[in-house]
Amino acid sequence: MAVVEIRQLYKAFGEVNAVNDVNLTIQEGEFLVLLGPSGSGKTSLLRMIAGLEKPTGGEIRIGGVVVNELPPRARKIAMVFQSYALYPHMTVYNNIAFPLRSVGMDRINIQTRVERAAKMFNIYHLLQRKPRQLSGGERQRVALARAVVREPDVFLLDEPLSNLDAKLRALARDELKQFQRQIGVTTVYVTHDQVEAMGMGDRVVVMNYGRVQQIGTPQALYRAPANTFVATFLGSPPMNLVEQDNCIIGFHPEHFLPKGIDQHMQSPITIPFEVTRVEYLGSERFLYGYVQGVGERTRVVSNIPSLVQLAIEAGRTYDFVADLHDLSYFDKMSGDRIAPVRLQIAQAAGV
Amino acid sequence: MIRKAGQTGLTYFLITLFILFTAFPFYWMLITTFKNDNELYRNREANPLVFNQAPTLDNLRLLFNNTNYQTFVENSLKVGIAVVVITVLLAVPASYSLARLAGAWGERLGIMIFMVYLIPPTLLFIPMSQIVSFLGLRDSLWSLIVIYPTFTVPFCTWLLMGFMKSIPVDVEEQAMVDGYSRFGAILRVVFPLALPGILTVVVFAFTLTTHEFIYALAFITTSSQKVISTGVTSELIRGDVFFWQAIMGAGLLVAIPVALVYNLFLDRFIAGFTMGAVTGK
Ligand SMILES: Nc1ncnc2c1ncn2[C@@H]1O[C@H](COP(=O)(O)OP(=O)(O)O)[C@@H](O)[C@H]1O
Ligand SMILES: [Mg+2]
Repeated sequence: MAVVEIRQLYKAFGEVNAVNDVNLTIQEGEFLVLLGPSGSGKTSLLRMIAGLEKPTGGEIRIGGVVVNELPPRARKIAMVFQSYALYPHMTVYNNIAFPLRSVGMDRINIQTRVERAAKMFNIYHLLQRKPRQLSGGERQRVALARAVVREPDVFLLDEPLSNLDAKLRALARDELKQFQRQIGVTTVYVTHDQVEAMGMGDRVVVMNYGRVQQIGTPQALYRAPANTFVATFLGSPPMNLVEQDNCIIGFHPEHFLPKGIDQHMQSPITIPFEVTRVEYLGSERFLYGYVQGVGERTRVVSNIPSLVQLAIEAGRTYDFVADLHDLSYFDKMSGDRIAPVRLQIAQAAGV
Repeated sequence: MIRKAGQTGLTYFLITLFILFTAFPFYWMLITTFKNDNELYRNREANPLVFNQAPTLDNLRLLFNNTNYQTFVENSLKVGIAVVVITVLLAVPASYSLARLAGAWGERLGIMIFMVYLIPPTLLFIPMSQIVSFLGLRDSLWSLIVIYPTFTVPFCTWLLMGFMKSIPVDVEEQAMVDGYSRFGAILRVVFPLALPGILTVVVFAFTLTTHEFIYALAFITTSSQKVISTGVTSELIRGDVFFWQAIMGAGLLVAIPVALVYNLFLDRFIAGFTMGAVTGK
């Protein structure tokens, strides 16, 4: 277990700045998620922590020691690749034992440890199989078992669930998180899936174009996104953004509700909402349409829990409300979060 | 149903044709080896595909007692093994480096190296013979051991590059994370996974060496230093007299083991060739 510190880290591949001035401290035992779209530099950052890629500039410390010049094997890390990278020519047993053999552990100790890890991940019955005889979920467990068996200081995972089907993924997410709590090892988890990030991370680092956009707890990111990129990357559907003068106003779909169910709101504002399409998704209802009371006429989404029985039809305009306290404000030029501005709400009389 | 049966029948018919076509030379060599001169040369009316007179071992006796055949085989084996060792020692690290470390240039270099293989030995043996003289290796098996790698190494490097590329980088990096140096990772992960390729290269370098003729003819004249390809042809063709039965026997005895090994590795061979081809994307 160790603190990982990253200072002014850069990585350039030719013209591309894959990682651009990243500063980050990962606390002991923390589950930190790197979240960003494909190509945002997550893998590059993780690989630099692992020692598989040399930084162009900056410093990485693990447990207080600068590791820039250390090869992967000297960093006391374990990594799970997106492909799981199981050794195809070895049995599951030998795959898990492989890291232990590198440190010259004796046979009996190896066996004890491998069997313990295999039991922990429910793959004891697979120990004599070859990787190609395993399903995707089983491979993922073998990769995890191999990663923990050496009791690393830092655990690095690159999209470990992206090769599983949706059903298995939800289950694996839960197991992985529980398991990390149990052993309490510092973990860096890379994903492009915001649901995974929000659900698993103690803190989430949102990246784009190699730069850190925001670091914070899932709640903090959700409540107060640092810029429009973070605002539109999180949530499904993401935050609605409406332009007004040289400022952008943001509100979450689930904070934009029909008038009448706004009892909990402290300072509700009323905005007319022209509904064009209704989507029923069981636990919730998505309403697509336009607002034009605030700023310009803009396409937005409202997410109403199915508890609200109110009948709403496409093609009509309703009075909706949002809480002033739930609004976010961004600068139109930079996209960065700014202090609240005065809203001009025109009660669109003609609609 | 009927159409399917017809198709199967046609398939078997074609396969039979191919088998006859490829097996016929072996059969021809086999019966010729045991025919006596009288039957082979004078009996023109009789069916040449079968024995019309009693088979004889005289020709094999001639081959083993009156020529250096055993020495030729030994020499071919010595040269073959030495060349295989040199080829593997050079081609394995070279192909790994080209596939993994040299980036986009590795690809181009690999193709350029392969081009070297395409230069015909008929062009190269003149400069090569100067080098052999300069090294003082004329009339010595060592001349072949030095020269043969000039075409086995480029070809086998190119062939192995395909195999090396098919080994995922992830797996190698995983080994480095799991506590091994790059060399350790290569030794424990890359080599075992490249083994089919390495075996292919062993077989290929060996056969390429044993059937080579021009260099062997140009550099070696002493009978005791000759290899099969030149020894048999020079000792069993005296002037315009061909000892056909002994020549056939000599060829058959070395061709059969090689053919068997080839068959054993055929699938991997093809895999190796196509992999090499795919990397040229
Ligand atoms: N080995 C490499 N050579 C050249 N460019 C690379 C290499 N690895 C990554 N990149 C580039 O760096 C950027 C970040 O890639 P990556 O770290 O893989 O992002 P992510 O994991 O977030 O999808 C991308 O533009 C990618 O094309
Ligand atoms: Mg990635």
